[in-house]
Amino acid sequence: MDFSYTETQDMIRETLSRFLADTYDFDSRGKMIASTTGRDPGIWKALAQELGMLGASFSEEHGGLGGGHLENALIMEELGKVIAIEPYLQTVVLGGGALKAVGGAVADAVIPEIIGGNVVIAFAYAEPQGRYNLANLRTTAKKDGAGYVLNGHKGVVYAAPWASHLLVTARTGGSGSEAAGISLFLIDANLPGIVRRDYPTVDGFQASEIYFENVAIPGDALLGGEGTGLPLIEQIVDEATVAVCAEACGVTFKLHQGTLEYARQRNQFGQPISRFQVLQHRMVDMFMEVEQCKSMTTMATLKLDLPAAERMAAVSACKAKVSRAAKFVGQNAIQTHGGIGITQELAIGHYFKRATMIEGQFGSADHHYDRFEKLTLAA
Amino acid sequence: MQLEFSPEEIAFQQEVRSFIAENYPKHLRSVQDEGHDLSKEDFLSWHRILAKKGWIAPAWPVEYGGTGWTATQRFIWSEELAAADCVGTMPFGLSMVGPVIYTFGTPEQKARFLPGILSGDDWWCQGYSEPGSGSDLASLRTKAVRDGDHYIVNGQKTWTTMAQHADWGFFLVRTDPDAKQQEGISFLLIDMKSPGVTVRPIITLGGEHEVNEVWLEDVRVPVENRVYEENKGWTCAKFLLAHERTGIAAVARSKRGVEKIKQIARTEMDGDKPLLANAFFKRKISELEIDLTALEFTELRSLAGEAAGKGPGPESSLLKIKGSEIQQRITELALEAVGHYGAPYFRGFGEGDNEHPIGPDYAHRAAPTYFNTRKTTIYGGSNEIQRNIIAKMVLGI
Repeated sequence: MDFSYTETQDMIRETLSRFLADTYDFDSRGKMIASTTGRDPGIWKALAQELGMLGASFSEEHGGLGGGHLENALIMEELGKVIAIEPYLQTVVLGGGALKAVGGAVADAVIPEIIGGNVVIAFAYAEPQGRYNLANLRTTAKKDGAGYVLNGHKGVVYAAPWASHLLVTARTGGSGSEAAGISLFLIDANLPGIVRRDYPTVDGFQASEIYFENVAIPGDALLGGEGTGLPLIEQIVDEATVAVCAEACGVTFKLHQGTLEYARQRNQFGQPISRFQVLQHRMVDMFMEVEQCKSMTTMATLKLDLPAAERMAAVSACKAKVSRAAKFVGQNAIQTHGGIGITQELAIGHYFKRATMIEGQFGSADHHYDRFEKLTLAA
Repeated sequence: MQLEFSPEEIAFQQEVRSFIAENYPKHLRSVQDEGHDLSKEDFLSWHRILAKKGWIAPAWPVEYGGTGWTATQRFIWSEELAAADCVGTMPFGLSMVGPVIYTFGTPEQKARFLPGILSGDDWWCQGYSEPGSGSDLASLRTKAVRDGDHYIVNGQKTWTTMAQHADWGFFLVRTDPDAKQQEGISFLLIDMKSPGVTVRPIITLGGEHEVNEVWLEDVRVPVENRVYEENKGWTCAKFLLAHERTGIAAVARSKRGVEKIKQIARTEMDGDKPLLANAFFKRKISELEIDLTALEFTELRSLAGEAAGKGPGPESSLLKIKGSEIQQRITELALEAVGHYGAPYFRGFGEGDNEHPIGPDYAHRAAPTYFNTRKTTIYGGSNEIQRNIIAKMVLGI
């Protein structure tokens, strides 16, 4: 057993941390969000081309650094510390994860483009009625000659306004929440018949409602087997869930640290409020939650390559814990700050907003407790 | 003791219910349903209708414009207002400075200020908190120096809710810098149009403009606008804080909030079933509803005490703590209920089209409301301060 990072991993963290400290201060982030595109594409290019960061989790054959889940986790944690709005989760973890899993010509073609920063992928999986059930799909892909025709509505697709590609889940057969008949496609984001309605999200990203209206897609857009895509989708969503938990480690760390700093310098009743025992204990409780986020994320990251049932139980345990911790740490950070915590002026409120969205991303605590119980507590 | 309403009370309930149904402004209803921000005129449109009817200040003594209703009638009234989803009237005049003026003010002050509060012609704001004085309100530093028939006021207030609309503000200022903290404070009524008053917006997490900074630079305030004695303003402040806390339980409004969540959970699909069929979610609703019942009956017991001549005392801190926590849990559950559609930020939607809507209407404000409602455990004396009050004043420890 060994929980230490390699020299390369330490170097990735340090390089990224230094770069983000220079480029992603609170004011710069605010300006990116307020700009017309809602981000600074130059950052993505720099992450790819100056830092080589987008290749960290890909194999050397594809031009990467030969890493995997651990590299994704530590990059996501650093991005969380500055509440970055970069599409790393969607492009590298989800898109890259699917391509690594299926391999072949499409992986050989697209992964180097991801590493080079030339591709942004958005993951179009959620549907209004489906909530967190990945199999509850109404979007259909009907066989049409060598290709397919896509119809349906995907909701709240993060990063879609920036995307060159869409990773889409759809039914090639079956109905309702059936496991069979589900397929995964990687398509050009600008095909005729794709209608997008773009909007900002409360946590600073850009997202879209996407409507597929008789979109003709080529046969080679299919990733994996036709109608047997659900296990692959579950796998990449589990990988993404752990990546979001890693991001939460960074976000909650900063929420706690910011609260500690504020409590030390804020004076009421003739002393710093950090001297009040009720607040001391609260900040200790926050600290313990942050530490446990890190523990659970490490646990789940290390179990991502286990057989599906074990992987799923580990990921759900991690996300259930992290969702609750994100809520606890976020709410208490705001409460300890008082009124100033509710304004847009301080960074703390923006961390709180991201922590709140992380709670539900890829399934709420309830959803993951439920999945954990189904896997481990069969009566 | 008796739980059922009397026939007279039921008749009263019918009367207020029909009044609301017939008189609530239609325009206001549509503004609310579409989730827009309310303008000053939106708030005042309903206020003026109630003022005309004579129902704007049920809690006031009849001689000053109250309705003379019993505590039960007032309870019915607030229930009906919430059930019909009416916008609240602004508390700063009606629930805060009004009672201070009729309790501590001179006859001239009562004649000058109470009519404008009732009619809605004067919009009031509250100048209490300062950047350095939040929970420790008595440490406030805005100072007022006597200059003949005037005070010259200098300082900065913050978290001043709706000051952007205000005609008048009631301010706590320091008139004796040498006295012990609570003893050198006076309660001043300041015309917000006075030279030297500057209001600057503070934008909160949901993107709202509710609160402001108020800067006071050499503002001249006539001495006759001081309520109660010089250096005795803390007496008014404490009286007002106790009043502010009783309404803060917000039971009726929270009941309506729970009903809205049930509606959402009936509509939202959780895969093949409605969300309300999800056992975890259902349990959270019932926990909320049961806690709300406990709060409701705690408030009713407290109101019965008030009717028996005991004013709102330190136990109102209990209502504030539990009431504010429940308000927060309602917004938390609403956000959870809407799932993915909590993320879209409705202020950034731009031009809409019905063919491609961005989630259901009830989801649009779920996240901003959740963020914004974190304020309830902070304002009106933070819940930490309320717990201190209970420990000291109720438990005697």
